Amino acid sequence: MLLIFCPFCRMERPEIEFRHGGEAHVVRPPDPAAVDDAGWADFLYHRANTRGVHAERWRHLHGCGRFFNARRDTVSDRILATYRPGEEPPR
Amino acid sequence: MRYSFLSLAREALRGHRGWPAQWRSPAPKPHYDVVIVGAGGHGLATAYYLASELGVANVAVLDKGWLGGGNTGRNTTIIRSNYLWEESAAIYEHSLKLWEGLSHTLNYNVMYSPRGVMMLAHNVHDVQVLKRHVHANRLAGIDNEWLTPEQAHGFCPLLNIGAAIRYPVLGAALQRRGGTARHDAVAWGYARAASALGVDIIENCEVTGISRDAAGAVAGVETARGFIGAGRVGVVAAGHTSVVMAMAGVRMPLESFPLQALVSEPVKPMMPCVVMSNTIHAYMSQSDKGELVIGAGTDAYTSYSQTGGLHIATDTLAAVCELFPTVRRLRMLRSWGGIVDVTPDRSPIIGTTPVPGLFVNCGWGTGGFKATPGSGHVFAHTIARGAPHRIAAPFSLDRFRTGRLIDEAAAAAVSH
Repeated sequence: MLLIFCPFCRMERPEIEFRHGGEAHVVRPPDPAAVDDAGWADFLYHRANTRGVHAERWRHLHGCGRFFNARRDTVSDRILATYRPGEEPPR
Repeated sequence: MRYSFLSLAREALRGHRGWPAQWRSPAPKPHYDVVIVGAGGHGLATAYYLASELGVANVAVLDKGWLGGGNTGRNTTIIRSNYLWEESAAIYEHSLKLWEGLSHTLNYNVMYSPRGVMMLAHNVHDVQVLKRHVHANRLAGIDNEWLTPEQAHGFCPLLNIGAAIRYPVLGAALQRRGGTARHDAVAWGYARAASALGVDIIENCEVTGISRDAAGAVAGVETARGFIGAGRVGVVAAGHTSVVMAMAGVRMPLESFPLQALVSEPVKPMMPCVVMSNTIHAYMSQSDKGELVIGAGTDAYTSYSQTGGLHIATDTLAAVCELFPTVRRLRMLRSWGGIVDVTPDRSPIIGTTPVPGLFVNCGWGTGGFKATPGSGHVFAHTIARGAPHRIAAPFSLDRFRTGRLIDEAAAAAVSH
């Protein structure tokens, strides 16, 4: 089980308190009417599915209830950093 | 050497010293008509049907590890075809029919055992969904029947149908033709048969790049053992498909999750069938070796680690212990994880890609083993003809653009 540091509660909590929210920083097209089918497929369905370090969203469902982001290595499952939405991913 | 009573008797008399290697281990040739990336069951089956049915024998199957060492060797070996939609029923039933004659076709005992797959309902929603599956399957000519709790208990006497458990059994859908097969034997049988037809199986040869010519078409693959030219490339890399397809610049609608399974210590035959419960996430069967084979769920997060959280297996064991109280004192021997590639609609992707000459067969998610023969068969046709096989056509990569999804979230027995 992962131990995840919630950047709002400022506590390391067990994974079962959280809900995984998928790849982070997937931006909804600002002008939906201008997006063609391929563009929607890319936004809705296509994912980087990175092997290595990637950014993902978590929601502290059974805690503060808020979404935040994490950088995690998908090979070792080690979480490198967690950060609030709107913040730059730490290097 | 063909396996027969005669060859078995001859080898028995001379101490089994005359059995040859089951497949060749050749050095890669500079060029093949078709290169398959991934020597799991699906990839080896593809190569076998290319060589046996379509006359394309100049084929190589590459794998970064040993053959059958990924999800083919990590699954719970369940075979069934009771999916909801016509498109899915067609491909899984195509596969089930191939399973029925597979040992004979390959001259290799894959130990296909149609012992019946029973899926449990624990609430009103389950009852409605499973009955809908029963009716849809029967309309499609696929066997599936509804059982009362008492009938379910009759079919699997280990099952606890008491009303006092947290999620009582309200009924079950039974596919009698469903069952299990020996997963390793499937990979070995296809490898042996394909190798005998001239297919080169090259293990420990990781693909590191996909080369394209000036027109953008596939020219070959870069590997750990140098460049290998190819007229066509079929990617059958399961959980690592996104990684391989990224080498050709193709983004995939896939996410890779760990899926765990575990086996108990071996015991005498006690479990006559396969029982699955989607709602409380427990399924169990017994291998011929005597181990109870138990499938757990996927972890919540994407991963390539081939391991998962212990709480996932713990939840499954809690459910198993409630459904089958007899097994409570058994010890678990081993647990492991495989990396499954899951699509948004829980249906596979089989077909062409935006890159000419590049084909993909992936997205089998948590239930690809049952599809091994059918998947390989239709994918071989797709590669040889350059256009999707009739059964594979609905499972195009393009469906995520057109919106013609095939939603099998309810049929995939693993909740995710």
